[in-house]
Amino acid sequence: MPWDRNDMAARAAQELEDGFYVNLGIGIPTLVSNYVPEDYDITLQSENGMLGMGPFPTEEEIDADLINAGKQTVTELERTSYFSSSQSFAMIRGGHINLSILGAMEVSEAGDLANWMIPGRLVKGMGGAMDLVAGVQRIVIIMDHANKAGESKLLKKCSLPLTGQGVVDRIITNLGVFDVVEGGLKVIELAPEVTMEEVLNKTEATIVGS
Amino acid sequence: MKKVFSSADETLNGVLKDGMTIAAGGFGLCGIPENLIAAIKSSGVKELTIASNNAGVDDFGLGLLLQDRQVKKMISSYVGENDLFMQQYLAGELEIEFNPQGTLAERLRAGGAGIPGFYTATGVGTKIAEGKETKEFDGKTYVLERGLRADLAIVKAWKGDAQGNLTYRKTAMNFNPECATAGKITIAEVEEIVPVGALDKMQIHTPGVYVQRIFAASHEKRIEQRTTRAA
Repeated sequence: MPWDRNDMAARAAQELEDGFYVNLGIGIPTLVSNYVPEDYDITLQSENGMLGMGPFPTEEEIDADLINAGKQTVTELERTSYFSSSQSFAMIRGGHINLSILGAMEVSEAGDLANWMIPGRLVKGMGGAMDLVAGVQRIVIIMDHANKAGESKLLKKCSLPLTGQGVVDRIITNLGVFDVVEGGLKVIELAPEVTMEEVLNKTEATIVGS
Repeated sequence: MKKVFSSADETLNGVLKDGMTIAAGGFGLCGIPENLIAAIKSSGVKELTIASNNAGVDDFGLGLLLQDRQVKKMISSYVGENDLFMQQYLAGELEIEFNPQGTLAERLRAGGAGIPGFYTATGVGTKIAEGKETKEFDGKTYVLERGLRADLAIVKAWKGDAQGNLTYRKTAMNFNPECATAGKITIAEVEEIVPVGALDKMQIHTPGVYVQRIFAASHEKRIEQRTTRAA
């Protein structure tokens, strides 16, 4: 059984280390916060200007001055600090954030990432994604292995405009876990009942050393 | 010199000009100078270039300035919440310069600090770096981005005083401190003007030197994504 989105988020939570400062992207990456090991001390950064992001508020706790990067209302914690946008991106671009887990449209075997625009379609903008992939210590991608048409999203070369070049360290898909290594992608782990043959059939990128 | 004014309209008196560049604080609808934006709409000024992380929504925030086509160009990182924006953009009536969010923040910070350009790894190898100078430092490639100054900066703070000292509240700070430094003229709208000396001198986020005009107003503070958990 390939992983579903919650399985992928749970697997991505294994990328966390005690004491990490982490930035989670919008969508499936947000679910990772549901799987943080209880004995781990993890601080979530929200790039609109907050370190130590808490859960969604109760109806009574809602504060219009307290939102996350997805513009959702959130809460603060005892440890929380607030800061301006340039300070927020100084900690991102200065390499002070340990890990960012993001979604993607395409990833290449060289670790190139495309997740911000499709030519000819509505372009909404990259937000903080280009800064995150350029500055955060480790970049892990969560995405479906194939698009809706059944085509591989792990490619030899991205067809869409890039968010960053050679920036991805690890990819978690519904089929397994893949690392960007010299010469292509290396299979680190397969989802239950997924075979290497299935992965090879469904992956355009070069699979190496396995 | 008197910095305190009574309303958004009064602070904008003699400041607005067609074709000017305005830096506006806020992230989404959080911490936006909503009264100044509304006053700029009613002024009718046009051909504006606006540097702001987002473009508001159709009927609130900077979206208001699109209704009468007052904006020529936006410098933003994300404009996905605004349908009117998309219509005008696709019709070729509105120009957009996408800046990565951190690059936009740093451009404003640098501009305000008298730094005309800086190198960053953000955007290297992407469309953003096309046509821009790159340089290698310690084996890694960086792209040159320009500091950004604006004819006018409009910001929203929590509390301020007659000296123009400002403090912001929670994530409503966002781009406001950077915009405040980048304006040739900076106007702040605050929830409350307190007596000089009442703000904690060690907790002032924007020192008064950056702020030329200030007024107090009420704020709707509209919420874009109201997300809750069970009590």
